[in-house]
Amino acid sequence: MINLTIDDKQIEVAEGATVLEAARKLNIDIPTLCHDPRLKPYGACRLCIVEIGGMAKPVTSCTTPATNGMVVKTNTAKLYRLRKTTVELLLSDHPNDCMTCIGTGDCKLQELAYAYGIRENRFQGAMRDHNRVDVNPFITREQNKCVMCGLCVRVCEEVQGVGAIGYAERGFEAKVIPPFGHDLKCEFCGQCVSVCPTGALSGRLWSGKPRMAGVKFTDTTCTYCGCGCNITLRSTGDQVIRIDSKPDSHNRGWLCVKGRFGFEFINSADRLTTPLIRRQKGGEFEQATWDEAYDYVAKRLSEIKDKHGADALGGLCSARCTNEENYLFQKMFRARIGTNNVDHCARY
Amino acid sequence: MNDGIVVNVCMGTGGIAAGGDMVMQEFIKEFETAGVKNATVKEKCRLHKVGCRGFCARDVLVDITVDGQVSTYQYIQPEMVKRLVQEHVLGAKPITEWLVGDDYHVFHDNQTKRVLADLGKIDPESIEEYLGVDGYKAAEKTLTTMKPEEVIQVVKDSGLRGRGGGGFPTGVKWSFCAANKADQRYIICNADEGDPGAFMDRSVVEGNPHAVIEGMIIGAYAIGASVGYVYIRAEYPLAVDRLRLALKHAEERGFLGKKLFGTDFSLKIKVKLGAGAFVCGEETALIASIEGERGMPRAKPPFPANKGLWGKPTIINNVETFANIPQIMNKGAAWYASIGSEKSKGTKVIALTGKIKNTGLIEIPMGMPLKDIIFKVGGGIEGNKLFKAVQTGGPSGGCIPQQFIDLPVDYEGLASVGSMMGSGGMVVLDETDCMVNISKFFLQFTQSESCGKCVPCRIGTKRLLEILTRITEGEGKEGDIELLQQLAEDVRDSSLCGLGMSAPNPVISTIKYFRHEYEAHIKHKKCPAKVCNKLLTFFIREDMCVGCGMCAKACSVNAISGEKKQPHKINNSMCIQCGSCFDACKFSAVLKE
Amino acid sequence: MDKQMTETLEAIYSRCVANEDNIITVLQEIQHEFGYIQEEAVNWFSARTNIPPSKYYGVITFYSQFHQKPRGKNIVTVCCGTVCHVKGAPRIISKVREDLKLKDDQDTTRDMAFTLEHVNCVGACSIAPVVLVNEKVFGKQTPSKIVNNLKAYKDKP
Repeated sequence: MINLTIDDKQIEVAEGATVLEAARKLNIDIPTLCHDPRLKPYGACRLCIVEIGGMAKPVTSCTTPATNGMVVKTNTAKLYRLRKTTVELLLSDHPNDCMTCIGTGDCKLQELAYAYGIRENRFQGAMRDHNRVDVNPFITREQNKCVMCGLCVRVCEEVQGVGAIGYAERGFEAKVIPPFGHDLKCEFCGQCVSVCPTGALSGRLWSGKPRMAGVKFTDTTCTYCGCGCNITLRSTGDQVIRIDSKPDSHNRGWLCVKGRFGFEFINSADRLTTPLIRRQKGGEFEQATWDEAYDYVAKRLSEIKDKHGADALGGLCSARCTNEENYLFQKMFRARIGTNNVDHCARY
Repeated sequence: MNDGIVVNVCMGTGGIAAGGDMVMQEFIKEFETAGVKNATVKEKCRLHKVGCRGFCARDVLVDITVDGQVSTYQYIQPEMVKRLVQEHVLGAKPITEWLVGDDYHVFHDNQTKRVLADLGKIDPESIEEYLGVDGYKAAEKTLTTMKPEEVIQVVKDSGLRGRGGGGFPTGVKWSFCAANKADQRYIICNADEGDPGAFMDRSVVEGNPHAVIEGMIIGAYAIGASVGYVYIRAEYPLAVDRLRLALKHAEERGFLGKKLFGTDFSLKIKVKLGAGAFVCGEETALIASIEGERGMPRAKPPFPANKGLWGKPTIINNVETFANIPQIMNKGAAWYASIGSEKSKGTKVIALTGKIKNTGLIEIPMGMPLKDIIFKVGGGIEGNKLFKAVQTGGPSGGCIPQQFIDLPVDYEGLASVGSMMGSGGMVVLDETDCMVNISKFFLQFTQSESCGKCVPCRIGTKRLLEILTRITEGEGKEGDIELLQQLAEDVRDSSLCGLGMSAPNPVISTIKYFRHEYEAHIKHKKCPAKVCNKLLTFFIREDMCVGCGMCAKACSVNAISGEKKQPHKINNSMCIQCGSCFDACKFSAVLKE
Repeated sequence: MDKQMTETLEAIYSRCVANEDNIITVLQEIQHEFGYIQEEAVNWFSARTNIPPSKYYGVITFYSQFHQKPRGKNIVTVCCGTVCHVKGAPRIISKVREDLKLKDDQDTTRDMAFTLEHVNCVGACSIAPVVLVNEKVFGKQTPSKIVNNLKAYKDKP
């Protein structure tokens, strides 16, 4: 174990931990923009800089390994000044359109501008013009809002293993784009969207929908497959308007294209709203209440069991149900009906 | 070298540009005409191509040695060769009017040549000649009689510090690397000399590539590396060719490869060509580049000595550092440390350029006063103008004004006035150079070379450049100097790598020493050195103008009018101050105020 | 992609695998063979090496050595090092642009005879300002000297 001092407080961390991790363990707030504990440290935004005894210049806490006896200061006047300059510089190359930006309320840059009280910017000058409209139903890219934190590039490579986007050019003109500047052509998992700290990447489906005001957050489980990713639905009224996932979930906040963007069916007018019963082969579906449906199913199952025995019945459940639902389903077959003929696409 | 007649022709990049290869061809032709094949007149005459001896401004330089008497000729052109062969080589009578003058000797006599000692003497394309000056003796001695830790101790004792700019003690760096447990370590020679105004590494690799290779062998042995890389600029084709040839020769002789000098030690050295990115001179960016990535620096710590190429402990030293190693091993740490200043030992190779009489490659003992370099070795300012400043350390360094002319040139000395040694470029500026413009020039450079990874460098240098640009264009505002200072300091203190940390140095140092020039631009809209065109008014002196019309032709906005053979006039309301007329006039009739 | 191109790429691939080369060397070789780097060459290599094209593209756009457009027959490279700068490189560039009739951000002449480029420093500062035409180094240049020197390259068919 490693012992170090941060802002006059002692902390013990495991070998290999970074100074930032140690500070977070002490609940010390250090601002970051390009950091995500799920990805390799990058050290580009220079906001998490700290002063370490014996080192001539401030270093980024997200990349610096903690060592024994290290004395760290995270909140000096000098660091405040440097961080503020960095935020001002970012804002000097950022469209000042928070009013209409989809990221508002959920934007790290906006929070930083607020935290450092940047009403007027000392720096003005040329701004990048990289916005291009590309054709896809899932992801909107507003490159002018990109802060080059590299999270999207890293998640695409490190987590998704795809590398659909990368850095291009250098210096002030550096940007994140698909190769040769083509339209985005990938599996549209939207992991990049989920890590983007600003409004540079957003879901196309979110557009025009409420951002924060009046939005209800509901934690639930994705029903698409057996992974059962934890998701958070954002909804207003009876409309689901966005899906994302929290980094501390078992799926670490990662989702696939279906889980993240395939939610329009929820509000579809074509969806069934009541059970339908077909009473005989070739007959029509008849609308029913839930009680009618349950009664009918119980009645028919009992009849078959009485007439042909329990093993004449079999049950198939789905990975799209939760663990609890699947448990209950097999319990019903094994304990109540009395057969082991029960299965499910991801197997019991 | 030995008895008889030796003809040395300078064939570095400077020599070749001045016509060195044609001079060489002419010598071969003349020798053949004189009746001797393969350029050998009599038994003992040898024709030699040699690397740069430093005085490229006088190229093509030719040494003719007859019976041990060396005569050096300057400005030799192909058509002069015939007389040289007839009169001096065959007739043994030097042609006095073509010989170099006293200033050539003053230039050389005030230097202390160690790294450059054999440049200009041996043929860089011949391993025999390197062996003839005790080449590879140091490597043999080191590998066969010394333990790695002993080698490191000698290098530590010598006080050698990294010549690439940082000035970190080489031996200490090696010991950090050797202390790591690892199955593989790497040694890298940084020959990605990107500083504008610097050509030390190019000249050393072109003039004596084997010394660099030998230094790498010794370094690799000391840290236990079995694979080495030379990362060299593709813009140096001659250096690349000579390096590859030298590596091939060294492999053929068994100085590289498996079981060197009969020991169990093996070393393979590969060449990696840079692809045109200044930032790759930075250690971690260089590593990224060798790994085939974009040359974007990585945060330190961890330092490459602990975690470098492919995550393995790696030593990166610059060309000049490695070139020093064989001599240290041959002659000992005490010999090495016998010259230099208290904290900076040995010599430093410097590219002395700019508005100075003797531009070229020089080597001086660490701690030599600036004025000796400029006025003794350099022969003073060109064209009898006034000395204004010297810019050291390339885009990472600063400008040192007249008041520090007695400053000892070593790591501490230069740092104390806000500049740095860098890799050793020294550009002398005179009264006609505008310091705001110089500062803008360097910012333009660093800004275009910024990798774009970290915010302060990516956007900060852009904003610095924009402010400087508006000042030089007469749009400077009250408060701009303060804003420049604040931003420069913040970029310096919060950037990721050396490029961003040092990019503001030219701004900081010029504001510190030449604030009045900034003020003249901002408050009075004047450029005292008459460099910033937008702040100048152009006019034509009637008495000088012959009415040739060249200026009017050059003017892109038709602001110049006049009858043929009559004095012309500039309409200042139309003039965009581009300066084309000034350049076009052959009679110095266009003036700027 | 034609057969000849595939064969050339395959040869580069084998050579680079044998030498354990990286993307940068691969791209240097492609450019050496074709004069510039075409997208289809990159896509071919990407499929062959299983490295996403974004990696190649990142490298191509990072290093100034790589070109994505065909370049002229003659490459005029003006050195823009410190010494060349203080000795007049900017004036040389504007003169060459004018002489070659290059407009705004155009770097290659319409007849593909010349491409104008600049380099940070060729390290030949003693003979500044320096201009390279193809491999040949011209030292101590002035705006009028370089225009003269370029004439020889214009007359060639």
